[in-house]
Amino acid sequence: MRVILAEDHTLLREGLIRLLESHDFEVVAAAVDADSLAAALAEQDADIALLDVRLPPTGTDEGLRAAVDLRRRRPGFPVLVLSQYVERIYARELLADGQGGVGYLLKERIGDVREFVDALRRVAAGGTLLDPEVVAAVMARQEPVERLTPREREVLALMAEGRSNAAIAAALFVTDKAVAKHTNSIFTKLDLPPAADDHRRVLAVLAWLGL
Amino acid sequence: MTGVGRLRMTGYAAAQVALSAPALGLFILNAVAGSLVAIVVGIPVLLLTLPASRRLADLHRRMAANVLGSPVPSPYRPTGDAGAVTRLRIWAADPMTWRDEAWLLLAMPLALTLSLLVVLLFVLVVTGIAWYFGVGPIMAARSRLDRTLLTFGTTERLEQRVEVLTETRNESLDHSAAELRRIERDLHDGAQARLVGLGLTLGMAADLLDRDPEEARRVLDEARQTTGAALGDLRNVVRGIHPPVLADRGLRDAIEALSLDLALPVTVSGTLGQRPPPPIESAVYFAVAECLANVGKHADARHAWVEVALHAGDLRAVVGDDGRGGADPGSGTGMRGVARRLAAFDGTMRVSSPIGGPTLVTLEVPCASSSPRTTPSSEKA
Repeated sequence: MRVILAEDHTLLREGLIRLLESHDFEVVAAAVDADSLAAALAEQDADIALLDVRLPPTGTDEGLRAAVDLRRRRPGFPVLVLSQYVERIYARELLADGQGGVGYLLKERIGDVREFVDALRRVAAGGTLLDPEVVAAVMARQEPVERLTPREREVLALMAEGRSNAAIAAALFVTDKAVAKHTNSIFTKLDLPPAADDHRRVLAVLAWLGL
Repeated sequence: MTGVGRLRMTGYAAAQVALSAPALGLFILNAVAGSLVAIVVGIPVLLLTLPASRRLADLHRRMAANVLGSPVPSPYRPTGDAGAVTRLRIWAADPMTWRDEAWLLLAMPLALTLSLLVVLLFVLVVTGIAWYFGVGPIMAARSRLDRTLLTFGTTERLEQRVEVLTETRNESLDHSAAELRRIERDLHDGAQARLVGLGLTLGMAADLLDRDPEEARRVLDEARQTTGAALGDLRNVVRGIHPPVLADRGLRDAIEALSLDLALPVTVSGTLGQRPPPPIESAVYFAVAECLANVGKHADARHAWVEVALHAGDLRAVVGDDGRGGADPGSGTGMRGVARRLAAFDGTMRVSSPIGGPTLVTLEVPCASSSPRTTPSSEKA
């Protein structure tokens, strides 16, 4: 899988390249600022872009703007955005186009290598995923969430993070069937329209959460 | 050179002549009542005559401003909604009260002469030419005389400015010292403690590597989780110093991001066009955050709104809610802190909160170099 990377901290950039290449990703370009990222996106073809939110020259939200801009030009182009902070306002902007293939994670999630690599593959395959911290903050504000059982809340959080039924089952040590039962119950309690595939389901959940 | 026409100035002169008798009367009443304050009877009289004197002086200030074509400020100290005795005390301490008295007594004879001269030149038709050429200079002279006595001179203004600056500087220094202590404590109890633990865990992992690789893996995983927790602590500290969205996007988006994290629905509106200087942006952000936190805690509101705007060089943020009202800016330490923080930028906070609501808190901070303030900041509107 071909990756365009943008990260200005040398240590992290080199570390990410090493990590990605040892997991069969090919880093076709490693940008260090907004200009080199724009050049890389114009010249190289890739399967996914992995972007840091803060990039030179201003060190504010260049990476995020580049992600939104890229997806405006190429709808659905997979982008995984990494940041030291996750902000709901940014999550909303990333998800605004209603297309899949977008992820927004705290940088420290790289530490769990297997999980991180899996996240990259899911986004590249058109999945949507959000950092657990954003999901937790959003869920804390929704009163109807209180109608759910604790188990259903766990399932809802994992759905909002963009996981499939199988992944949720594995994370909670239950069967796929049990997860399906929980998701049906959640959709009924929250008046959400039933959605067949995982991706549509995530979007429905995120829309309901106000993102 | 002058702001108004000849006939208008003549009208002013006539009004000034007519007002000179009440002016003298007010001076006598003030003087007598002032000397009777000790035996209480003077107090109610002063509560009537001093405001009347001020209104008379203000009227002359306005006329002088119109004649001179430049503003003549009314530089009284604010009394807010203080009780009668407190108000009298503030008036007595206000040097402008005494200047008003001096103006009533000393300036009146000379000023009256000038105004009377204008009126006479006008009335005695034959002196029409003298009136035509004289009214401007004479009224300008009279207005300058009024302005000299009824406003503070440069030295006095500077003295008052120094007083305000000294006070707000001390408060800012206290505030930043308290902030630094809080940050130090947060770092010490949070990230620092976790990093110590991390070192320990990594040491254990190294120790276990040969003997029990499986356990070493578990301990390493624990170490990674500790780095996550330490980063979480650091994120919280940074949010308290300078929120990332504020740094990235500026005030409006930062308030929007803040309101997304509140349980209460908040509507954010308005645009700023350009970004105010960073320290002002930050002060207003934290002031709005404090106001919204108060709404959540005390107002019992169903909805709140924030409106930001740049208005004639002032950055203005209005925080409103549909709660129960009756908020007193003087009671909570949080709101007093907001006022103090804004005062460092010559900013003001006004609270309008009738019982039953709605509550409106208006925060205003000058962004461009506008006229410096020489009076204290907060008041209850």
